[in-house]
Amino acid sequence: MSAVTTPARGRFRDFLGSNRGREAIEAYILILPTILGLIVFTASPVLASLYYSFTRWNLLSTPKWQALDNYIELLTEDPLFWITIKNTGYYVLGTVPTGTVLALLLAIALNQKIRFVAVFRTIYFLPVVSSVVAISVLWLWLYQSDFGIVNELLRFLGFRGVRWLSSVTWAMPAIIIMSIWHGLGYNIVIFIAGLQSIPQDYYEAATVDGANAWHKFINITIPLLSPVTFFVLTLSVINSFQVFAQAYVMTRGGPVNSTKTIVYYLFQQGFENFHMGYASALAYVLFVIIVSLTLFQFWFQRRWVHYEL
Amino acid sequence: MSAQDAPPIGEADATAIPPASAAASEGLTSYRVRYITWRVLLYSVITLVGATMLLPLLWMISTSLKEPGAVLLLPPKWISIPLQWGNYPKLFDVLPFDLFLINSIKIAVFATVGALLSCSMAAFAFARMRFPGKNIIFAVILAMIMIPFHVTLIPLFKLYRDIGWLSTHMPLTVPFFFGTAFGIFLMRQFYLTIPQEMVEAARIDGCSFIQIYYRIFLPLSKPGLATLGIFTFLGSWNNLMGPLIFLTKVETMTITLGLTLLTNQAGGRWELIQAGAVISILPITVMFFIGQEHFIQGIARTGIKG
Repeated sequence: MSAVTTPARGRFRDFLGSNRGREAIEAYILILPTILGLIVFTASPVLASLYYSFTRWNLLSTPKWQALDNYIELLTEDPLFWITIKNTGYYVLGTVPTGTVLALLLAIALNQKIRFVAVFRTIYFLPVVSSVVAISVLWLWLYQSDFGIVNELLRFLGFRGVRWLSSVTWAMPAIIIMSIWHGLGYNIVIFIAGLQSIPQDYYEAATVDGANAWHKFINITIPLLSPVTFFVLTLSVINSFQVFAQAYVMTRGGPVNSTKTIVYYLFQQGFENFHMGYASALAYVLFVIIVSLTLFQFWFQRRWVHYEL
Repeated sequence: MSAQDAPPIGEADATAIPPASAAASEGLTSYRVRYITWRVLLYSVITLVGATMLLPLLWMISTSLKEPGAVLLLPPKWISIPLQWGNYPKLFDVLPFDLFLINSIKIAVFATVGALLSCSMAAFAFARMRFPGKNIIFAVILAMIMIPFHVTLIPLFKLYRDIGWLSTHMPLTVPFFFGTAFGIFLMRQFYLTIPQEMVEAARIDGCSFIQIYYRIFLPLSKPGLATLGIFTFLGSWNNLMGPLIFLTKVETMTITLGLTLLTNQAGGRWELIQAGAVISILPITVMFFIGQEHFIQGIARTGIKG
């Protein structure tokens, strides 16, 4: 520009001319798309969503500010909201603990010296690559009351069949069982990797000390695997709170709202009824629940996660 | 002599050990019995679980090859001759499954290419370069993993409507060219395993960082790219919420969304519905068999170091 430069501008120019400065410029070029994407596709929508949650808006009109009305209605006047919270909680409690324990036990089984381990691992993993939609379509057929194979199996074993997806009592358990089946292989793979990262020396030392298999499991495997367990739990909770496709494909939230989840309700309010403000408030409630649970898990992990023995 | 001290069967032949005393050989026998019981139990459990995993998928294929009458047969038959391969072409008469397949492939390929480009670039800067604001920006990107997609859904819907992207494939592809938090994290993990000396040597030879990125790091991180590619392709292929909201015209729909449509339209025609399900998971399953190692390594890696 001109010969008159402030000292600050001079230092900045020196920085740009230096090796460090050129490195920084190159780095910003490399991360530029990401920064733009972050702003346009994540940060702005997250903020916009917060604003919409304080408005009444049907997508065609301009959003009308109504302060906390949506949240007040949600929390105090809308019984359906609490039903969806309860249903989602039921789903999370039904899938996460059982899914995690089963995956851990099966990972330990597959980590023994067994033949055809790769074949078993592949079979366990097959459902994971299939979409929730395809899996739901399959289980819709398996759960069919009169001709479905699940009831046929129950009858073969001497039980009476259940009207799985058209029963208020059984629809959610049916979805839970299917979802555990679907996600098991994923967690097994993570647990196997965790098991293989535990140094064998610990087990050898324990054997010398006369520890039996059970003691080794409790005192070595469980503590040293706890960071992996923590990862699996945290991720499972985040994912299962957003359950949607199962209910959309199999039950449409029914019967009598017994499988209507938070995200399903959000979808209905937003994209079937076009209550965009209300749906945004629902999204924020979900957001707050997920962030609080994740932070709680990070806080609580100090009490049970061991990064070394 | 306790049971634990006995050599594991299989490594040493039990009969080869001279029976020092009756008690010792008795201990050995009980160890052997316990060992065999344990192995039988182990194999039974993993086989039973394996069957639980595999049989429903085989039942899907079996149903897709039956004629309508055979579908509702009790007790059910696994294979009913003649196999009705014609159910698959019939599917294409009910809904444009050929378009669904093309759309899904197109969207998944573009999303994958976009994610590979943008994530591998950004991850390189975060793994190997120094620049002001690096740690803060990276922390923000990691925090993004926690944000549910649904929080951004309504503003994005409005944005795409305003710029005329609804019922096009843009909303499902373009964002991937601008990085994903998960992809950047994954690629950074891979880059960190490449020795720093390679960067320094290339710097001495006068390479710029961008040259180091595409001449050295990209070729060396093929396994990482394969993992990210498979994950992105799979996520795109299996996505329901995005296509459900952004694609309203039937001819723009993906196979996953098309399958939900089929379930409504072919009500009760289980052989057609299951044929649709088979078609929707077939390409992905083939891909899984080809890239299995990358896939499983990728999951293991993000799980352990995450």
